[in-house]
Parts: sequence; structure tokens; C-alpha cells
Amino acid sequence: MAIDPSTLTIAGALEGLAKKDFTSVELTQASIEAMQAARPLNAMITETPEKALEMAKASDARRAAGKAGLLEGIPLAIKDLFCTEGVLTTAASHILDGFKPAYESTATANLWQAGAVMLGKLNLDEFAMGSSNETSYYGPAINPWRAQDGTRLVPGGSSGGSAAAVAAGFALGATGTDTGGSIRQPASLCGITGIKPTYGRVSRWGIVAFASSLDQAGPMTRSVRDSALMLQAMAGFDPKDSTSVDTPVPDYAANLEAGVKGLRIGIPREYRMDGMNPEILALWEQGKAWLKDAGAEIVDIHLPHTHYALSAYYIVAPAEASSNLARYDGVRYGLRVPGKDLIEMYENTRGEGFGREVQRRIMIGTYVLSAGYYDAYYTKAQRVRTLIKKDFEQAFQRVDAILTPTAPNTAFPLGAKTDDPITMYLNDVFTVPVNLAGLPGMSLPAGMGADGLPWGLQLIGRPFDEATLLRVGRTVEKAANFTAKPTAWWRA
Amino acid sequence: MAEKDYIQGATGPWEIVIGMEVHAQVLSKSKLFSGASTVFGAEPNHQVSLVDAAMPGMLPVINKYCIEQAVRTGLGLKAQINLHSVFDRKNYFYADLPQGYQISQYKQPIVGEGKLLLDMPDGTTREIGITRLHLEQDAGKSLHDQSPRETFVDLNRSGVALMEIVSEPDMRNSEEAGLYLKKLRTILRYLGTCDGNMDEGSMRADVNVSVRRPGEGLGTRCEIKNVNSVRFVQQAIEYEARRQIEILEEGGQIDQETRLFDTGKGVTRSMRSKEEAHDYRYFPDPDLLPLELDGEWVNQIARGLPELPDEKKARFIEKLGLSPYDASVLVAEKESADFYEKVAKGRDGKLCANWVITEYFGLLNKSGQSMDDFVITAEKLGGLIDLISDNTISNRLAKDVFALMVETGKDAATIVEEKGMKQVTDTGAIEAVIDAVMAANADKVAEYRSGKDKLFGFFVGQTMKASGGKANPNAVNELLKKKLAG
Repeated sequence: MAIDPSTLTIAGALEGLAKKDFTSVELTQASIEAMQAARPLNAMITETPEKALEMAKASDARRAAGKAGLLEGIPLAIKDLFCTEGVLTTAASHILDGFKPAYESTATANLWQAGAVMLGKLNLDEFAMGSSNETSYYGPAINPWRAQDGTRLVPGGSSGGSAAAVAAGFALGATGTDTGGSIRQPASLCGITGIKPTYGRVSRWGIVAFASSLDQAGPMTRSVRDSALMLQAMAGFDPKDSTSVDTPVPDYAANLEAGVKGLRIGIPREYRMDGMNPEILALWEQGKAWLKDAGAEIVDIHLPHTHYALSAYYIVAPAEASSNLARYDGVRYGLRVPGKDLIEMYENTRGEGFGREVQRRIMIGTYVLSAGYYDAYYTKAQRVRTLIKKDFEQAFQRVDAILTPTAPNTAFPLGAKTDDPITMYLNDVFTVPVNLAGLPGMSLPAGMGADGLPWGLQLIGRPFDEATLLRVGRTVEKAANFTAKPTAWWRA
Repeated sequence: MAEKDYIQGATGPWEIVIGMEVHAQVLSKSKLFSGASTVFGAEPNHQVSLVDAAMPGMLPVINKYCIEQAVRTGLGLKAQINLHSVFDRKNYFYADLPQGYQISQYKQPIVGEGKLLLDMPDGTTREIGITRLHLEQDAGKSLHDQSPRETFVDLNRSGVALMEIVSEPDMRNSEEAGLYLKKLRTILRYLGTCDGNMDEGSMRADVNVSVRRPGEGLGTRCEIKNVNSVRFVQQAIEYEARRQIEILEEGGQIDQETRLFDTGKGVTRSMRSKEEAHDYRYFPDPDLLPLELDGEWVNQIARGLPELPDEKKARFIEKLGLSPYDASVLVAEKESADFYEKVAKGRDGKLCANWVITEYFGLLNKSGQSMDDFVITAEKLGGLIDLISDNTISNRLAKDVFALMVETGKDAATIVEEKGMKQVTDTGAIEAVIDAVMAANADKVAEYRSGKDKLFGFFVGQTMKASGGKANPNAVNELLKKKLAG
């Protein structure tokens, strides 16, 4: 039978595989063809079709032997920030030219262990720094959703390639990473589901670091159930990551349909900001109504320090990044641009190897950590972070989850915000506090704007309570019944 | 401070002020944040993990044993152990620093204030304050001599655990600085937390030197980096103090800077000035959680500490009757102290100390062998000392026996037996010898009896000679006195 991967969910495909409607090789072959047909989206940096078919073959053999894993035979695409053994890993940066790791990140290794198949490596903002995928050295990924006049739009970022691949339908799921909204914002802009787990839930080992205290990997999928399945496979304690937390991974899919009766859902008034798009305000109201109708209690809450979150984030994240990116020096791997001495070699390599946004953040980070400025910026930002964490702790004494918008806008045209970093940074205004507090957050497609583009809603949960988050998400998903799909214009 | 420590300049006396930062490589099988081996002398880049090479996405994981070693060292320095400490990143670029930062401890080190006692040559002690001890990663090694145009990098050392032990500026001359280094090395070796081999680079010192007029506040200091022997530390201080005094006496001022000691020329030279100093942009390493120690775990380490040199020295003085000087010589190396204790067990402590320090070490050094390889074991030396104690041989003759023991490997009793060296204590036999000596020197006997007391030594010598050195010296003395008195 002809398989159209864009019509399948992971859960649906697992059923098809179990019922022998198709094999993993067939599903993978169809996904590879769809991936190749979607090249105009520039969602991939590296396609690995041979590897995919090889893995699919092995998967079919395991299934035949009765050893099917949780994601047995499911083709996935991997954000090119995850190190994959023997496969080019770029972080969408020139500076990692030719870098093929001799190791596999724990998160992806867990996926392969569960039987998943790798289609290739996805485009992203360089070193995950960006909200539109336009900082990629490999060019921007394109949103499968177009403006009504056909204008090409950004998929959001930094996991722009991931969101595009899942929305375009060639990957049943993709990995993303989220430092300030990099899973949730592109999920919102591409009309898919994405979850940023609690900090410490998924190992960071083998993922190219952006801001270590904020980075967290998670799944991007077409349904809440699919996110639950993928997260199940990715999560777990890893002794190789000192910030990974040794707490059991529950069965996330088990209680998905349990509903929200009796749950209390918080609505933070500080997330209603001046000049907000009325469409998202209306959709937010709609979200409240859905949950209320499903039996949840809606509670107004305060998160008083929200206003300072973005500023604190743009101190902490660049500070850590400036140090994390020091290792890309042309000495051991990746790009080296020669110079007359060591210092000039550094300057040439890093000057050519890093794009403008990365350089900007390295400079900001270096500045805020430098002698005489450290206390005014870094120390103060850490204090703000503590206050934001406390805000959430207090709120979660009264509520079980929090509902907010994901992003302040729908997808925007390429180049629309590239000249104004502050406007670009504002895209993360609702997502950043979640990273600062280390909480789990997810974005769900909830409705369509008048521009014909998807809007997302964000749910925020208690630390390590992804199960409740997913359960509430499933309720919103059912109510929203978001079925819109982009037309496959790229195939033309 | 005693005036003898002042340096006389052209315009009056100066006092040197010295503080030291010692980098001691932690004795551990693997590195501070990775599982790679730390064994010295491997092929370049053969002991490098993905973490040590700072590959993308690699994360540090604390080696608990290194933490234990740092705590043990802190306890050995009678220092405060901080149950909460933090690892920071010290950011700077260098080819042999793969991460672009060194993981170190900045504001919250694992060990706080402690102290160290210097054993002065006159038998007194002097206390030097320890400011702190923190853990950090070592860098790799740049090899500039392998190629005319390129620098090679060896990362075997990259990530190896170092303890940086910082002293207060409590030392006042190069001798004290030397004693400080030696004592610190002794303590580390007793504890087994660092092998102290300066020639292999497992202990290196940064020396802070300033000078001032007696009684005045601290002067501007210069830091002499990475000095790798006690002798060089002392030479560097001597040179640096003179250099600073000259500048000050000519009306100049000292620039705070980092200097290097040129071991070939015996001079220090500027490496970088304060203006060129790095801004290390320290901040807490977000890949590592703060280090929280369990107080009971620390107590357990404390209970397992070996007897340390100061305690051992005190015991040697109190229980075994040694002089402070002898005691500090013996405890300077744990091996020597252990050897001495074996020899002294059930024997006269002082006699044994003399024998170990003078005779045993003398011939050991001459042999060029290690204590383990040397033919004289503690049992053999003890056997010799037993023969002295029970008057079988005289102390003087024992030295000859000892030389023969080294030469032949035989034990003392065998040699004495074979060579017929047994001391004559039979008074009758000695009297006969004395009688013969007196008869042969009747004129001297007369002179002695008329008041020339000094001749007594002559008679002792003659008697000993006539007995082949075997006569018991005490018996000879006594009998001679009686007989000469007439």
C-alpha cells in the first residue's frame, strides 16, 4: 500500500506496524521520499537515507523476533544539535565544519534503543540561538505554512527544522531543544505539539550546549500522545550528566485520557501584556472555556516577576553561552582559519566560524561576566531567576497547571525581524520564564488566525509532573480539534 | 621578626614577605571530571577522554575520590572543611586548554583556613597560615620543540585534579619558603594525597614576593609562576627580593606583575603586567551542582588519617627522648620514620636515632640506593645496636662492623664472631694490657703522676691500640685511673 507519512501519527504508525499493515522499511522509504520532496523547506542539514533504511530493516527484524521497543520502526528526524555517532553534526554553524562525533547523545541513543529510525539531521538556528531559524549557516528552514499571498514564512526557532519537518509530515516526530522557548515557539508557529520537559528530565549529554542551566531536550510531534511516547523514550537519569535527576520516568501515556475534572488551572494575569494581538487573547479565553467545560477550575494567579524574565534570560543565557562556545577555537575539530600566531588563528576561526547572532551573544555574555559588571548583571539576573522560580512555586501551591499563550504572534515572513534583535527576542516572552524556573512546558496547536496561520497555547506544569501536563494537554487537544494542515506547496 | 632576616640594602634594612600558591596533583587513578587515567609518562594524547578534549556536548562528572583526597589534605592541614563548595569556570583561551575555561573553585573553596608548622633548624617551630585549598583541573601541555613551525598539544594532563594550596604571606626569607615547601610535601606524602614529585611536575609553586621596610605595610608584590624545585624557589626569591630592593632604593616603584624564573640564568623576568592580566570571568559552572559534603563522611575520613609528621615528631621527643632536631629529621620522610621506629622498637631511642641519622643515612646516601633496596634492613641495624647495648662491641668498633655489614651483607653478630671483634670486658685481661702499656712507658707514668693530667688520653689510646680496639672503653678508663693513681 502507498503510505503517506503526513497522515500518520506515531501512535497510528505503531498500530499499523503491529498489525503488519506496513513494515518499518516501507514507512521509512515513504518518509525518505517525502523528506526529499520537501527539500524546498530546507528543514534538513543532513539526510541519512541509507542509515534510515538500515535501521528500519533491523527494526523489522526485531519486531519479527517479538522484541519491539516503545518506538519500534518509527522514523524520526533529529535536531542537528544532538551529536550522532559517525553522522555530521553541525549545530547549524560553520565552525563545526566536518565534525562527525565518535559518540551518540544519550537522548538519541535512548530513542534508537526504543527502536526508532533516524531520517537525518534537522536545520536550526546556529547553536540554537534564534527564534526564526534564520541564523543557521545552512540558510533558514521554511515554514510549511505560507501566508495567504504565498509569502514564505519562518518556522520559528531555534528548533525550526524540527517543527517544519513534523508539520510538513515527512517526520512522524522530531527532537528539539528548548533554552528559552526553542521547542514551544516553533511548535506554535508550525501548528504542532512540543514539550520542554523539566530541567534534568532528559540527559544533556552529547547535546551541543547553548546555556547549560536552561537547555533541555524534548519531543516535537503531531499529537499529545505522540509527545508522551517520545518523551517516555528520551527521558531518564544519566550519570554522565550531573544535572540529570534520578527520579523514575512514569508511564506518560497511561493517564492521558483521564481528563481534568477537579484540576485547578492557573491563569497568570501578568501574561496579559499591553498591545497583545486580540486573536491570541481570544484563543486564550477559549482555552480557559475548554478546560472549564471539561471540569477544571480556572484560578487567577500572580507571577509578579514575569516582567523581568526576558531581561534576566538575555543575561544568563549569553553568559553561559560565551563560556560554552569557547571550545570552538580551531584547535581540535571543526573549522580552522590559519593566522600568523595563535591569537590570530582564534580571531580568524571564530570571526569566520560564528554568525552574527552568535557573535552578538558571545559579546553580551562576555560583557556581563567581566570584572566590574558581574554583580550588576549576572548576579542580579540570578536573583531575578530565584524570584521567578518562587513565583511559580507559590502559584503551584494553588494550581495544578498554568495556561498561557505560547508566542505573541503567528509565523512571520523571512527577514521581518532580523534587523531588530529585541523584537525577535520578544517572541520568547511567554516561554522564557519556564526555562528560568526549570519547569515543564508544552505548546499545543489551538486555533487558526485570520491570516490562515496556526496559534499555540502553552501549558506549564510542576517540576517532574509531565504526566499531568500531558493529561491537561490532551484535554485541550480534544477540545481544540486542530485538524488544519498546510498544503504541500513545496511538492509542486 | 628577627633582625637577622632583614636584607641590608644601600639605604637600610628591608624585610621580604613571601606567600605561596602550591599546585599539588591529586593522587588518583582518574581525572577530576572524567574517567581517563592519570599515570605519568604515557604516550602523548593516550589518556584523553571526550570530556578532557572538550568535544561538543561533553559534561563533567565529579570524581568522588578526588574530593576525598582534598578533604583529607584539608584535615592534614588542620583546616576548616567547607561542607558546601562551588565549582566555577575560569575563562581564558589557550591551545592546551580545550574547554576554553578551567573548572576551578573561586569564592567557595572546599577547604578554608588552616596552618602548617615549619621545623626550624634550631629545633623551634614557626606557624605559617594556610588561606585555603581548592580543587581545579590541570591544563594540557604545549610542546613547542617538536616542529619548527607548529606547536603540538598533549592533553594527557588535561583534566587531572590539582589542589591549589594558598598560604598567607607569612614567610620572611627563602629558607622559610624552602622549609614550607618541604613540610607541605611531607604532609601530602604522609596523607598519600600527592606524590610530591616536583621533577615530574606533580608539585609546582607560584611564589609571591614583596619587600618592605621593617614595620611598614605590605609592599607591591610580584608573582613568580610555576617554579618546580625547592632550590629554584629559594633562588628566585633571593633574586626577586634583591631586584625589588634595587628598584625601590633608586626611587622607583614595583609594578604588580607576573614573572617567570629563568633557571639557566637564575633571574626572574616579566611575563605579563597587571594591565595585561586576564579577566577570567569566573562564574559557577552550570554543568555541575554545588558540592555538598556529608559531615559524617568527613568525620570518617578524619578518623582514618595516619599519624602526621608533627604528631610523630612530638611523640618521638616525648616518648623516645629525641631532640627536636633529630625528631624532625626522622619524620621528614614517612619511610625514614617508619624505618627508625622499627629499629627503635624495644631499644634505646636516642642511640637508635643517632645510628639511623648518622651512620645509616650516611652509608645509604653513599650507596645511592633506595631504602628498600639497601642491604641494611631495620632488623640488621637493630642487631648491631643490640651488640652495642650489651657491651659486646664498642660504639666505635660498631662503625667498622656496620661498614662490613654493608660490604658483605652479613649480620652484625656473624661479623663480630668471625672477626673476633668481641669487646674485652674481662678486667683481668684489660689490667694485663694496662700493666704492659705502663711498663713500656714508665717515663710517661712518672710525668702523669707529677701532675701532667693530659697524658691520660695517651694511655687510653695506647691501651685501646694494644687491645686491638676490643677493650671496653669504660673499663679501660676506670682501670687506668686506678692504676695510674698508683
